[in-house]
Amino acid sequence: MTEGTLLEWLVGPGDAVRKGDAVAVVDTSKSAVEIECFDSGTIDRLLIEEGTTVAVGEPLAVIDAAATAPREPAHPRADSQAEPVAPSLEPAERPAPEPSPAPEPSAAAARALPQASPNVRKLAAQLGVDLRTVRGTGRRGFPTRKDVEQAAGRTAERTAHVEQREPERPSTTATSSGRRITPYARRLAAELGVDHDALPRDRVVRAADVRAVAADTGGEERPAEVPDDVRPEVAVPREPRTGAARTGMRAAIADAMARSKREIPHYYLATTVDVTETLEWLRRCNRDRPVDDRIVPAAVLLAAAAAAASTVSELNGHWLDGEFVPARSVDLGVAVSLRGGGLVVPVLPDAASRSVAEVMSWLRGAVQRARAGRMRSSDLGAASITVTNLGDLGVDVVYGVIHPPQVALVGFGAVRDRPYAVDGLLGARSTVQASLAADHRATDGATGARFLTALQHHLHRAKE
Amino acid sequence: MNNPQATDQVGELVAVSLRTIVPDIDPAVIDGDAPLQEEAELDSLDFLAFVAQLSKRSGLRIEEDDYGELGTFTGCIDYLRRRLGGQG
Repeated sequence: MTEGTLLEWLVGPGDAVRKGDAVAVVDTSKSAVEIECFDSGTIDRLLIEEGTTVAVGEPLAVIDAAATAPREPAHPRADSQAEPVAPSLEPAERPAPEPSPAPEPSAAAARALPQASPNVRKLAAQLGVDLRTVRGTGRRGFPTRKDVEQAAGRTAERTAHVEQREPERPSTTATSSGRRITPYARRLAAELGVDHDALPRDRVVRAADVRAVAADTGGEERPAEVPDDVRPEVAVPREPRTGAARTGMRAAIADAMARSKREIPHYYLATTVDVTETLEWLRRCNRDRPVDDRIVPAAVLLAAAAAAASTVSELNGHWLDGEFVPARSVDLGVAVSLRGGGLVVPVLPDAASRSVAEVMSWLRGAVQRARAGRMRSSDLGAASITVTNLGDLGVDVVYGVIHPPQVALVGFGAVRDRPYAVDGLLGARSTVQASLAADHRATDGATGARFLTALQHHLHRAKE
Repeated sequence: MNNPQATDQVGELVAVSLRTIVPDIDPAVIDGDAPLQEEAELDSLDFLAFVAQLSKRSGLRIEEDDYGELGTFTGCIDYLRRRLGGQG
């Protein structure tokens, strides 16, 4: 990922923005990503026009941070810089949140973008090197200039292949009807079944125009008309997604999972947890909540997994250059399956410090964003451990594949009533099979066993 | 079944609620007696969103204890008809 196309501005000059606000939609070759602002202030001016392809690192807009000074103290950096330039596709020196649209969603799962110094990133961008494919030899496994240069040689052939497979899309496409339409608007029109004839002729058609026409004509009721070049490879997609996005996602999953099975000596453990009382507690909580605001058991499972990863920190981190590097917080990747195939893994930062209600509220939003194909840049951080909750789709137990360079993956099977003995009496209890796939290079089975015991403990004493 | 009009309307309510969650689903091809979560590939978040839709559109608060009755498309219709007291 060296460039992206700015599809749509979500803000304009004069708009007040706060850190974390989505300000623009950028199309990577894989998917559209909402870029979040990493400073607060007022948009002074936009530097990039919609439909323009920009290199990673190029500033997109100028934010006047001083404008918010009365409301909240300006970022220290803002004082020294007359015109803080932000957000760019990749921040010059600001650490977080990572506004890089780089990871194709599934790659966020699998190959987190390694941290690299700005000049290394710039070099990678110049040479067309995807930093996620670079094996870093620098401090804490971060890529150095030399690593990037070496990788450039290695990937030249592959890049050429990729370019051949995914020809660069023109930033604005003239349709057969002679209209000029942004790529995002064109896709949206296809998805919503909006006829190009209904769109304005006198200017470049943008997403907002398509939405307006769709709303007027009830276009969403019509079957999506998928242009040839974006025909999905999977039979009938539940939510139309472009062929390129699908191919990219499949390829990224294939890469990461093949690497996992090639490099990681997995070991697997599982345990059955009685969650009857936890579910009763949850049911009591939900009785007092509006229907929309109910908490599903999945949120409790995720919160418990995060807590267990915090307790047994040997499983929370990355295997880099032959050694385990623990993560500072539990950044929980949550596998979300997409209707019609594919998988994305949004990340909940510092999950261990959050209540079940907070996890639920994040989960609801993240799943919605993932399925809508509009992840936020903050969803695409680097996970320190991942959870997959396939039980939601009915399976009893999950034998997971670790997402490298992580060292563990937690799986939950279905929560259902099963025969289970308590105090010598056999009865029907709500149980769940929790499983752990772990990297035997980083830990041994005894550590994994401690993790599952901690998980069980946290599930039993789940509370808000 | 003694009030086909009401059944149609309630059926439409269930169908619209389901389509909100799974936009391209055709309720006509759903097996009304098959487990709905499997038929429509609903995970627990989808199911919660579906129940929220049913609740919003019918004006009824649906408790978790009643989820058992909402396991099939037909079950949802029967449940709503009963709660709505057979009114049109």
